[in-house]
Amino acid sequence: MTSLSAKIQDVFDEPACDNNRGKDAKARKQGCSKPLTPGAAAGGCAFDGAKIVLQPITDVAHLVHAPLACEGNSWDNRGAASSGPTLWRTSFTTDLTELDVVMGQGERKLFRAIREIKETYAPPAVFVYSTCVTALIGDDIEAVCKRAAEKFGLAVVPINAPGLAGSKNLGNKLAAEALLDHVIGTVEPDEAGPYDINVLGEFNLSGEFWLVKPLLDRLGIRVRACIPGDARYIDVASAHRARAAMLVCSSALINLARKMEERWDIPFFEGSFYGITDTSEALRNIAELLVKKGADAEILDRTETLIAEQEAIAWKKLEAYRRRLQGKRVLLNTGGVKSWSVVHALMEIGMEIVGTSVKKSTVEDKERIKRILKDENHMFEQMAARDLYVMLSKHQADIMLSGGRTQFIALKAKTPWLDINQERQHPYAGYDGMVELVRQIDLAIHNPIWDQVREPAPWDRQPAGEDDLASTKNGTATVNAFNEFAGATAHRFGNR
Amino acid sequence: MVRILRKIKSAAVNPLKSSQPLGAAFAFLGVEGAMPLFHGGQGCTSFALVLFVRHFKEAIPLQTTAMDEVATILGGADHLEEAILNLKTRTKPKLIGVSTTALVETRGEDCASDIANVKLKHAEELAGTEVVLANTPDFGGAIEEGWAKAVAAMIEGITRSGARTRQPKKIAILPGCNLTVADVEHLRDMVESFGLKPVILPDVSGSLDGTVPDRWVTTTYGGTSVEEIRELGTAAQCIVIGEHMRHPAKTLHGLTGVPYAVFQSLTGLRAVDRFVSLLSAVSGAAVPARVRRHRAQLQDALLDGHFHFGGKKIAIAAEPDQLYQLATFFTDMGCDIAAAVTTTDMSKILQKVPAEWVQIGDLGDLEAHAAGADLLVAHSHGRQASQRLGIPLMRVGFPIFDRLGSQHKLTILYRGTRDLIFDVANIFQANQRAPTPEALDPFRNREMPDELRSSPLTRH
Repeated sequence: MTSLSAKIQDVFDEPACDNNRGKDAKARKQGCSKPLTPGAAAGGCAFDGAKIVLQPITDVAHLVHAPLACEGNSWDNRGAASSGPTLWRTSFTTDLTELDVVMGQGERKLFRAIREIKETYAPPAVFVYSTCVTALIGDDIEAVCKRAAEKFGLAVVPINAPGLAGSKNLGNKLAAEALLDHVIGTVEPDEAGPYDINVLGEFNLSGEFWLVKPLLDRLGIRVRACIPGDARYIDVASAHRARAAMLVCSSALINLARKMEERWDIPFFEGSFYGITDTSEALRNIAELLVKKGADAEILDRTETLIAEQEAIAWKKLEAYRRRLQGKRVLLNTGGVKSWSVVHALMEIGMEIVGTSVKKSTVEDKERIKRILKDENHMFEQMAARDLYVMLSKHQADIMLSGGRTQFIALKAKTPWLDINQERQHPYAGYDGMVELVRQIDLAIHNPIWDQVREPAPWDRQPAGEDDLASTKNGTATVNAFNEFAGATAHRFGNR
Repeated sequence: MVRILRKIKSAAVNPLKSSQPLGAAFAFLGVEGAMPLFHGGQGCTSFALVLFVRHFKEAIPLQTTAMDEVATILGGADHLEEAILNLKTRTKPKLIGVSTTALVETRGEDCASDIANVKLKHAEELAGTEVVLANTPDFGGAIEEGWAKAVAAMIEGITRSGARTRQPKKIAILPGCNLTVADVEHLRDMVESFGLKPVILPDVSGSLDGTVPDRWVTTTYGGTSVEEIRELGTAAQCIVIGEHMRHPAKTLHGLTGVPYAVFQSLTGLRAVDRFVSLLSAVSGAAVPARVRRHRAQLQDALLDGHFHFGGKKIAIAAEPDQLYQLATFFTDMGCDIAAAVTTTDMSKILQKVPAEWVQIGDLGDLEAHAAGADLLVAHSHGRQASQRLGIPLMRVGFPIFDRLGSQHKLTILYRGTRDLIFDVANIFQANQRAPTPEALDPFRNREMPDELRSSPLTRH
């Protein structure tokens, strides 16, 4: 565990992290994960975080050394897409039994499991994940991996991020450390070129990176490695020969980007493919970094031409939604707005942002939010489920954009909801992705079910005066039973 | 007799099992005002939670003691205490159902005395909230064991013991975890139609049936009430569905003397006939006309459906009782069980599965043995095998995350059996291959009669 503790200290002290730089020495040492409250905690563990970062590498066998729950309850649960190999979706676990734990057979079972995988699937690499129980019983997965790698002649990579080490975010970073220690730089590519880049922290959810890659192809830029989305092991192993890198999801893999810059002189910038202006900015930054590293400067002009052309198309497509979405109120509940350019695009077509959480936002972010929101009070750290439910029940927003965790708060409050986190079904990256996001918002808000579910049952409606007969829609009721029934029937058969 | 094949592989490939604590939490979710609590790491809880949500498409109450590195080394009693008190303050549950995990069980924590201490120390604060414990390490058992342990724990911890005055019309029903929401609803209607008063524990039909309440509730809403659990001892008879529920029924019998009858499955004409006869005998009432009508519908379904079933090879992977339920259903329809895979070897029911062998294993084993079968029967994770083998998948059990409405599918009693026949026959019809000259060519098609694949001549 000592080497693990050292690793954890190391990733907590991240010099490239804005939040970390703002802290004093003591606070920095305590790390960035907050202590959890038993009985009031949410979120995954370090193993979860490590698996999220690495599993999209498609041709690797991911072997979880654990009793059943860690893998058995969680496998095949993410929407990353592969353009080829499917091995990453096959689940492997040592499924330790009581006997294995009591008799200390864990290491032997792990070694045999690696052999079985090698013999049956012949993958280029096996990633072995340690977990709480195997860390607790002291299984030395590093030694087993080393021995197995020698014996079977394939890469066997220990991923030392047991759940009890900390949060999901910590696990993301420990996974990056494992790649740095054991994978990146182990293979020399024979065709490295001046237009090679890495894209770090892009998961290719719903295949959305495929909305962006053609843009890069058009510019003659080659993605040496996209880590981890749709990656092959060899891409990752030879990623150290890229000329520049873009860091997409900064909180997850910032240590990977910084250390690759230090070790292999690969400059990086933090960017996003969400939203029109951010996508353009990302393309610009990539081109500029490549030129700095020796690529021909003519790529800058070509990039500007492509941007101008694509932006014009995207804005034109978005304009079509203005009529339908103008004045609609959006509640963003994402733990922190990661892409301002999405907010920008929504506002550009006339939508209002009526509230946002600022749990993970920096001071600078908060200033921006203040300028956007009409009422500063709608900025919240974290809203309790019950309060959120009340707010949505009163129809103070026309749609909530959030992750799956709060999905049912919106739905039970009969409010349109769109998933913008990792479980989502639609690709939102790039220019077309932004149009898709707006299209999905439009579809969600204007679905005909909302009127139906919000209307109380006929027998629950408050009897009211004759005047209300015409306005059955607003839920207040009508004169007498016969008229009501006749009206509803006529409405159903005649007016639709 | 069926051969039980133990696991010999070291790497489980595509797990069939969900974990034992998940099974326990599932049972606690069938109690009104319940808050299941995992004593373990936050990952243990979050994985189970996500899986429940994917299956039920509902907000699921499930909390964690959030064991970290320090607690794992020093012991988790403080975390357990803090979690229970926090839950009591924040959500005011009627029941906190604690399930242990591999993490605390590997440490060897004495959670029972930890909980006894918490209850003693905070008796006043915890008034109105029952706290029960199921010891459910992930390295043993699977959903069935967890579910049964949680039910036994609730009976032990809550049901008033001693011989009580029996209410002649009151029937305690302990359903296995393979019954859906629709099954439990239908079961209640059936029992009530004999003038009996069923108390069902756990009752997922009240809590996991997917409704829209008019306020935000952080615990379960609906399900068996704690008061009903307390008064289980006044039932005239206990009926158990599924072999894994024998243990909780024995516990109830030991505490209160309520006699029990075990039905290993309520699917299939004969099994349902026995059940209906029992209800008639206990109630002294004649079988209602509606039930007779349902029986006749099933008879007709058997007649219409059997054309599609005869000689078909079925590969099933499911928890032991569900494996038995479905394997007997299929063999009763004239199918053969080409492969039977299950999660654990602890259940006695495996001896009765109508197959040559039952492999303790995973979906990798199912895939390896299912080539040539006409139908795969497994939970949603079977989808990859189905795709690779080109064999249709019938989704059963838990988790089903890529189809809506699995909880509202009926699988028991006359109507459920009828529906199953139609579902399966429709899968066969949807996947029927059109005849081709090649497939029918007498010189190309020299299969021996006992070979695996069904004859391509079988068309309807």
